[in-house]
Amino acid sequence: MQTYLADSIDVAVIGAGHAGIEAALASARLGAKTVCFTINLDWVGNMPCNPSIGGTAKGHLVREIDALGGEMGKAADANTLQSRMLNRGKGPAVHSLRAQIDRRDYSAYMKHTMEKQENLLVRQAEIISLEKTVEGYELTTALGAVFKAKSVVLATGTFLKGKIFVGEVNYEGGPDGTFAATTLSNSLLKLGLPLRRFKTGTPARVLRSSINFENLEKQEGDEKVIPFSFETETPPENSVCCHITYTNDDTKNVILNNLDRSPLYGGVIEGVGPRYCPSIEDKIVRFADKKRHQLFIEPCGKNTEEMYLQGMSSSLPEEVQLKFYRTIAGLENVEIMRPAYAIEYDCIGPLSLFPTLEVKGQRGLFGAGQFNGSSGYEEAAAQGLVAGINAAKFTKGEELFHLARSGSYIGTLIDDLVTKGCADPYRMMTSRSEYRLILRQNNADERLTPIGYEIGLISEERYNKFKQTLEIKEKEIERLENTFASPSEEINKMLEEKGTVPLSTGVRFADLIRRPQLSIADILPFDSEHPTLSEEILDKIETEIKYSGYIKRQLATVKEMHRMEATKLDVNTPYDEISGLRLEAREKLLKIKPLNIGQAMGISGVSPADISVLIIWLQKKGN
Amino acid sequence: MQTDTIAAICTPLGEGGVGVVRISGDKAFEIAKKVFKPKNNKDIEKMKGYTAAFGKVYDGEELLDDAVALVFRSPKSYTGENTVEISVHGGTHLIRRVLRAVTAAGARLAEGGEFTKRAFLNGKMSLTEAEAVMNLISAKNDRALNIATKNKEGALSQKIKKMTDKLLYLVSEISVFSDFPEDETLFLSEDNFLTSLKEISADLNTLIADYDKGKLIIDGINTVIAGSPNAGKSTLMNLLSKTKRSIVTSIAGTTRDVVEQTAKVGDYTLLLADTAGIHETNDEVEQIGIEQALNRLDTADLCLAVFDTSVPVTNDDKTLIERIKNKPTLLVLNKNDLNSTKEDYYERLNIPFVKISALTGEGENELVEQITNLLKLNELDPNAEMLISERQYQTVQRAKASVNEAIFSLESGVTLDAVGILIDDGLAALLELDGKRITTEVADEVFRNFCVGK
Repeated sequence: MQTYLADSIDVAVIGAGHAGIEAALASARLGAKTVCFTINLDWVGNMPCNPSIGGTAKGHLVREIDALGGEMGKAADANTLQSRMLNRGKGPAVHSLRAQIDRRDYSAYMKHTMEKQENLLVRQAEIISLEKTVEGYELTTALGAVFKAKSVVLATGTFLKGKIFVGEVNYEGGPDGTFAATTLSNSLLKLGLPLRRFKTGTPARVLRSSINFENLEKQEGDEKVIPFSFETETPPENSVCCHITYTNDDTKNVILNNLDRSPLYGGVIEGVGPRYCPSIEDKIVRFADKKRHQLFIEPCGKNTEEMYLQGMSSSLPEEVQLKFYRTIAGLENVEIMRPAYAIEYDCIGPLSLFPTLEVKGQRGLFGAGQFNGSSGYEEAAAQGLVAGINAAKFTKGEELFHLARSGSYIGTLIDDLVTKGCADPYRMMTSRSEYRLILRQNNADERLTPIGYEIGLISEERYNKFKQTLEIKEKEIERLENTFASPSEEINKMLEEKGTVPLSTGVRFADLIRRPQLSIADILPFDSEHPTLSEEILDKIETEIKYSGYIKRQLATVKEMHRMEATKLDVNTPYDEISGLRLEAREKLLKIKPLNIGQAMGISGVSPADISVLIIWLQKKGN
Repeated sequence: MQTDTIAAICTPLGEGGVGVVRISGDKAFEIAKKVFKPKNNKDIEKMKGYTAAFGKVYDGEELLDDAVALVFRSPKSYTGENTVEISVHGGTHLIRRVLRAVTAAGARLAEGGEFTKRAFLNGKMSLTEAEAVMNLISAKNDRALNIATKNKEGALSQKIKKMTDKLLYLVSEISVFSDFPEDETLFLSEDNFLTSLKEISADLNTLIADYDKGKLIIDGINTVIAGSPNAGKSTLMNLLSKTKRSIVTSIAGTTRDVVEQTAKVGDYTLLLADTAGIHETNDEVEQIGIEQALNRLDTADLCLAVFDTSVPVTNDDKTLIERIKNKPTLLVLNKNDLNSTKEDYYERLNIPFVKISALTGEGENELVEQITNLLKLNELDPNAEMLISERQYQTVQRAKASVNEAIFSLESGVTLDAVGILIDDGLAALLELDGKRITTEVADEVFRNFCVGK
């Protein structure tokens, strides 16, 4: 093939999914000349699976992306169909925002945002080769255009050697009828990247008018919608309703009788699927004693009658799909518009990445999203943002950055991937963080906006506004800690109604808020001096006062972790020469090359005794 | 990183039958070769692990003694390093000469506890085992030895593991609680949480109570001897020391100061402090002495108040009794000849007492029995797993505080995400206790102790 030199650029981003978008926008916003390649320009920011953003722990990620200066939260707010704060009854650590999104509008919004972005060109092209040169990398498109780039972000999603499975049928292909990227993997293998196969799947989309909603449980959005972005001033409104229904014994029987037609059980799929997002056949086999499985029926957008069946992904043949969907209450006459399918793809073993998401041994080459072994839009976007920032930093010769595990879910996600690795597509879960009460969705700005400002993704204006809000919050907390509620008939009546002890002497307002039975809203009417504050600030104040004791405890743990993280380890540390380290620990440390003691502690196979050997070795070396 | 080679005498000094010098480190074989010549010209460096050679020990050219050299090859040795143990006939002088020869040949004198430290660093033992070894080395009496041995065998680790397993289960339940908001079938019972937490809290309480008692056994019982100057304190001292000579030695030279001595009574070690008699006085120096005596009384584990039953009860005696009656006190009634007319008065005070006799020396067994009862030392199960260091104790206190707070929070309706933090903290403390979790503080603390051990 005849090639031609198309351009010399700073950063090339391969892929324009949720990871690629954040990477390209961040890189361009930091002043790097960036080109983002996509196989099909009409599918920028596509949601090939559920038409929603957020959910437990994932909602935290979106808030964090926004706090750092990413785009996902704003795009979600602009295209929300319905929004809910999950886990409201379970405490502030697990509150998590989830929104139904208009899928096509979201994609258009993201495409347009990228098109308008200075320093950024989005280009439809399949990259067929990536080669290392003295100056950086050379990317060649399927049509022979050669781009020289100083730095590259791989955000290939499920496109790398993508293969679609529906029952006995399988073929090369990307999600939603796109082409797969069939040759790029060869270049990556040549560079020495350890590729492997993962798999994921999606349920069918069905026609709204073929569903009987009459007896189905309704799930409405929240009365008061809280936006994802700290910058969204007018919260989105709910315009749709979701529905809940359940599988039954008939569903189970249809699936079990046709299990031999599943490529997963027939051994045709070699890739490993996501443990926490299993297909319906997987759920029925693994949780055999469970009577029924819940499923949500969600609209895909305002201008479409396509409905998504959450929880019902499958790789069974199309006719079997239709048969088992029709066993479900409300879906008796359902018509499939797009069948469910499984997709298998190449990705990298993330232990070969640094916490900066740079590939070990490949300066300037970064990975993000499903390519790194994760699953989910939010996980992808979070990594894309970090990879994009670092790609830009790399081209400017600046030191790369990474986020601490103890400071964010993004840091936890990346630390898990690069330190522990993953055996199946990694999904963010609340339980993955040891610091849940501190890493709340309502304080993502306090944790990350100063970092985003320092990096250069947060404007002066936004940063000043953030600081003002912070000041107002702190002042009000101090006031509540030092102002007393005096006993009165009214307040005691309220307290007794709420099931808590009435007042006989003055009590600090803060101490009243600390009572589990009371909320800040219950107290406000009796606090004549209280300033008028936004819901957002009130929510923060309530959490911080109510949980101050617990937060303090967790902060002590974080401080200890910070000390460990502050003890740096050189990537060239001669672990094989440190006597006292056990063999397994030596091998793991040599492979993973942790950046500090904190990261080393997370490596499975490195014991506390090994860590003490390392600490003592470092001390001796320091002397 | 190369480790230097260390050596030390690892048998007690004295006129024992055999004395052993241990050499451990990368150059152990090389150094042993310089001082030890096998009879059949075996080469120590080529000997297999766990084998012995008979030969002679030299200091330079000078023959010191016949000896046996035991060879251990890394990692199969106490420290995990190459090790040679040279056994010679006992005798303080001889064994010291051997050690001197070994150090002259290139070994460094081991610091206290250094073999154990290396064993820990080389993964040969867990943290609690290492601490137990340190305690074994410093055990002051048989019961302390027994406790230390039990821990070295891992009894404490087992107990801790049971508790951490329970907490881990709760932590996993909390994970489910926070991860799956929309699954209708998951159900968490707060009652189950409370039950588990309360069981753990009770277990931790036992460990703490046992530690306080065990500490008395391991470290010795801080004991104050009080009473008027002529009440018979030296009789008691003599009884305790089983010698006719007074064991009392003065620290600062005047009888008005606190005097300290160690005495073994039965299985226990008493750390004795004799104090100035407590009485009204205008003498400034005496007042200082009395002040000190009173301070001692307040912090002591045990007070032995000695009274002469042959003389009338004085006001000073009554003041003393008033002062000590609510403390762990044993009245020691000195039967002065046959004229013990005031015994009745003391026996009616409702304070445990014991009679001793200077003439017959009788009373020791009863004294031990009374001390045991008073300090509830008999409630300590000699086979129970026990905490043996202050570090372990503090860590268990932390675990208990967290677990109790978790119980309180749960009962007052705090959400599980916050309660989870307390459970995490409790779990972290227990993992730290057994060295399954390391923090910079633990590393510092343990290794500081390793340096001063033995």
